[in-house]
Amino acid sequence: MAIFVNENTKVLVQGMTGSEGTKHTARMAKSGTKIVGGVTPGKGGQSVEIEGVTLPVFNNVTEAVAATGANASVVFVPPKFAKAAVIDAIDAKLPLVVVITEGIPVHDSAAFYAYAVAKGTTRLIGPNCPGLISPGKSNLGIIPADITGPGRIGLVSKSGTLTYQMMYELRDFGISTAVGIGGDPIIGTTHIDCLRAFQDDPDTDAIVMIGEIGGDAEERAAAFIAEYVTKPVVGYVAGFTAPEGKTMGHAGAIVSGSSGTAAAKQSALEAVGVSVGKTPSEAAQLMRTILNNKKG
Amino acid sequence: MDLFEYQARDLFESHGVPVLGGAVAYTPEEAEAAAESMGGRVVVKAQVKVGGRGKAGGVKLAESASDARAKAAAILGMDIKGHTVNKVMIAQAAPIEAEYYLAILLDRANRNFLVMASVAGGMEIEEVAHKTPEKLARIGINPNTGISKEKAREIVLAGQFPADVVDQVVDVLLKLWAAFVAEDATLMEINPLVKTSDGKVVALDGKVTLDDSADFRHPDHEALIDHASANPLEAAAKAKNLNYVKLDGQVGIIGNGAGLVMSTLDVVAYAGERFGVKPANFLDIGGGASAQVMADGLGIILGDADVRSVFVNVFGGITACDAVANGIVQALEMLGNKATKPIVVRLDGNNVLEGRRILNEAAHPLIQQVDTMDGAAARAAELAAK
Repeated sequence: MAIFVNENTKVLVQGMTGSEGTKHTARMAKSGTKIVGGVTPGKGGQSVEIEGVTLPVFNNVTEAVAATGANASVVFVPPKFAKAAVIDAIDAKLPLVVVITEGIPVHDSAAFYAYAVAKGTTRLIGPNCPGLISPGKSNLGIIPADITGPGRIGLVSKSGTLTYQMMYELRDFGISTAVGIGGDPIIGTTHIDCLRAFQDDPDTDAIVMIGEIGGDAEERAAAFIAEYVTKPVVGYVAGFTAPEGKTMGHAGAIVSGSSGTAAAKQSALEAVGVSVGKTPSEAAQLMRTILNNKKG
Repeated sequence: MDLFEYQARDLFESHGVPVLGGAVAYTPEEAEAAAESMGGRVVVKAQVKVGGRGKAGGVKLAESASDARAKAAAILGMDIKGHTVNKVMIAQAAPIEAEYYLAILLDRANRNFLVMASVAGGMEIEEVAHKTPEKLARIGINPNTGISKEKAREIVLAGQFPADVVDQVVDVLLKLWAAFVAEDATLMEINPLVKTSDGKVVALDGKVTLDDSADFRHPDHEALIDHASANPLEAAAKAKNLNYVKLDGQVGIIGNGAGLVMSTLDVVAYAGERFGVKPANFLDIGGGASAQVMADGLGIILGDADVRSVFVNVFGGITACDAVANGIVQALEMLGNKATKPIVVRLDGNNVLEGRRILNEAAHPLIQQVDTMDGAAARAAELAAK
């Protein structure tokens, strides 16, 4: 088991014929992901040779699903066309759509998120995210597959490289699933969605939650942990020293006034029993201690 | 991007949102001419992207064109919370009968848009929300259905607007929504929206934030960028497409990925406490750290006179550490003798051994390698203290 994906996930790549799409399709396939085809409007009927396998290209997701039985897609389509691609996937009732594309206008994300909610059949992850990986089973997106192997820690984070850093810090324990939920103001899957899934996943023993400044997602996650999560949770929040009013890379990462500070997030998490590390290595150490105590 | 008030006013006007006459002035002479054309009695308003300018003395009523000149002379050059005033808006003065509040914004928590409307405008809206929440209507908007005439009326009635202005406020709200969508805004706020003594509803002051990610469909937004007050290093970084924010410390920071760079700032700030130094900047070179991007980034940071050491913190993901290491070596070759400050490099992740080997072999006198993020931060802080 793992969350959202497993060894049976059959994956379409939207934008597979583009250079990024082709490159990452090869990487995903190499790490064991079942890639069944690609979608590029106007290029239906063509095929792409990846890792020694010939993958068919379709004009739209509905056709692709009919032909391949796909149940997930990864979107590498450029920002201009991303909204149409995601709507296409939602119309095809794909259960899981992972949007890697960075720089999608927030009006477009708001529109496709509302559309997905209205249809009620698709989980969106992202946009502007690295995707998710269950090591050895499935890898949807751009997370390097060889940082660590399968394990029993669930990891959720907005940030890509911080996800990698934390997987690396905990490489001796391994990961059940790591989900990069993305740094945009509107994202399809939240910390809370992942916490719920990890709590319900019999193959996850403990959870690392990485947050960052801006918004109140971590505070809401803390409230959710108090009411639902019984597994140990270790937290890390990036941006303790970020000044007010400056956007730190992610469109959402900004401290405005007294809201969105790392300190406020830390105290909200600690108030519900989450151990919060001051640095990634300290957070990893906290997790290590918890798991070693469990063993002992 | 946040707009200045005069830019927001012009944008509102272009979408039919009722506004009073207004013009931007960079000198007292321009202020006088603008006031003259508006009949003399005007309000002179400092144009800074920060709140509280009224309290700071940045908004003054002028009784005549020559008075406007004097008031502008006093306001221009003023410092408001660290922002230097280099332009004022000359706004037509109007007798005000009532002040309301109207805003549309992105609601991150509910992942949709939100209209806030209140009959109690003019003052701190947070205070209204806190003390008399019944006077502030907060209504979520589905991005795919938007605001119909019926919905607009429902919102305006919920905001407790008096009957004699309801039709006008409904009209303003519909136009504001059209503008919000057409311009890819994440915030359009009118505070105050006023009723003048002749019963007309107009937007007196506005805040607008536009979504930079939508720039590709708004070539006209380019003209709204405030080049004049941008930090020169930030402007140079933007020209190179680098995600850079100038801070006030001494340790230059380069990393890949926004979260990791934010985390790096923290780790350096903690390590720097011992040495009395802080991070000098945020710089995310993104996933694809080519030699050119690394050179551009190092060039910007080494051009910052405050920087005394540099910390390059990279976790090799898609871009492997050997590529990053080659990038650093080539960047230093490209920079030649412009590179003068010590550079602490921490590489981890994909192909790390090869990356470290490349840097060791290059044996550049400025480069020091430290294997952990915490250790490298401490080393960079120590070097900046010297």
